[in-house]
Amino acid sequence: MLRIPCPYCGERDRTEFTYGGDASVQRPADTAHVSDKAWDNYLYFRDNPAGEHREYWQHNLGCRQWFTLVRNTVTNEVLKESAANPGSGP
Amino acid sequence: MKNYSIWSLFRNAFSGHRSWPQALPDVAPQEQYDAVIVGGGGHGLATAYYLAKNHGITHIAVLEKSWLGGGNVARNTTIVRSNYFHDARGRLTEQALKLWENLSRELNFNVMFSPRGILNLAHSTAQLDDYARLGNAMAVRGVDAELLTVGQIKALVPYLDTSPEARFPITGGLMQRRAGTARHDAVAWGYGRAAALRGVDIVQNCEVTSIVRQGGKVIAIDTTRGRIRTPKVGICVAGASSRMAELAEIRLPLENHLLQACVTEPVKPILNTIVTHGLFNFYISQTDKGELVMGGDIDGYNRYSTFGELPPLEAAIRACLSLFPSFSRLRLMRTWGGVVDMSMDGSPILSKTSLDGFYINAGWCYGGFKATPAVGQVLAQMMATDETPELAAPFVLDRFHSGHIIAEEGKGPKPWLYH
Repeated sequence: MLRIPCPYCGERDRTEFTYGGDASVQRPADTAHVSDKAWDNYLYFRDNPAGEHREYWQHNLGCRQWFTLVRNTVTNEVLKESAANPGSGP
Repeated sequence: MKNYSIWSLFRNAFSGHRSWPQALPDVAPQEQYDAVIVGGGGHGLATAYYLAKNHGITHIAVLEKSWLGGGNVARNTTIVRSNYFHDARGRLTEQALKLWENLSRELNFNVMFSPRGILNLAHSTAQLDDYARLGNAMAVRGVDAELLTVGQIKALVPYLDTSPEARFPITGGLMQRRAGTARHDAVAWGYGRAAALRGVDIVQNCEVTSIVRQGGKVIAIDTTRGRIRTPKVGICVAGASSRMAELAEIRLPLENHLLQACVTEPVKPILNTIVTHGLFNFYISQTDKGELVMGGDIDGYNRYSTFGELPPLEAAIRACLSLFPSFSRLRLMRTWGGVVDMSMDGSPILSKTSLDGFYINAGWCYGGFKATPAVGQVLAQMMATDETPELAAPFVLDRFHSGHIIAEEGKGPKPWLYH
């Protein structure tokens, strides 16, 4: 099973976590003046890579914190230790 | 290649089944085609067949990177139905269901379509009301739908635990009797053979490596077996859609996920309809061989591998045993997974693109198999006429910008939450 290193609690089974989607998409900075197209791209369009993927996870059966993780979507290898990501989430 | 008939069966039976001709010729790609379809699964082969049959375009090729029907068409749970609430999806799948009903005859290949019905179970009166609403939406469209009482369900599915002491007591259900199953491998082979008989080249072990463009148009594609000149390329590649579109510098609203299924040892006929759990995403049916084939939710995070994990299967089996406690003695024979391209509104994309001659059929999430014949027709029409057919109009890529998204479940742009 995929094991996920929670930055607060350490490595746990993936069943303790909730997936939150692609963390690499940037929310448009100025939401009051963003174009419809840019907003739709942020909401819906993804790279969907076969390989490294930066993504959100929440340790919902543990400390409940959101954090980001870089994982290989083919091999499930966690490539970068997860980083605490206060104030953010999907 | 000749058509199969009762006489060919007779002849070959008497010669000990030693002289059946090869079902499909092995061909090498030519240098130029009128159109190329990427992906030799159900959708790709059906598209090729209808391009040849309905539009007379026969100088075409289907390119498959591995072997014919080796992708998701061979990995699904073979269910065919049209019980959708939204008009767009309902009409497309109903068109498909009508074609399924006559497909074996049409293709001269037994696809083993079996209209055994699909029963969606309700576990509360509120859920039963919701199914009444869904059934009404189907009935308005002229699609068969029937609400069943617990008594009727008990008579239809005797092994189901319909007692009030059940873990999730059953309050009723919605039945679509015309729904059923079809033999998935036979669908791929049937369409492939029927297309090849009309002159379509079906090329296996041929992977597309780049899409050559000039002035906003497709002019050729590079493959592992050389360059092929063509003005039209249609992609039917499910889990590879994002990467294939990327070759044409098009970004898609897709995220790949893994969907698993499993099958038990074969037993005598005990389940004569498809049953779905109304609370968990669980579905079960019995194959003609006697195995119980079942599936549940996606693994829950994006994947590009068909190698799954046990927890989602465990959840499916838990749901199974809450409905059919007596199945606990059965042994599981196999589990497998398919990479599904989940779209951001849970509905497929069937669309022309900003690149002339590049057509996308993707984002079928869980439910591509049931739509196979209709997708073939619609995509063939789109590629032949370069216009968007009426059935495809709601599924254009532009809907993510125009706001006309089709969310049957309304989970928003979180594709891992769609059932």
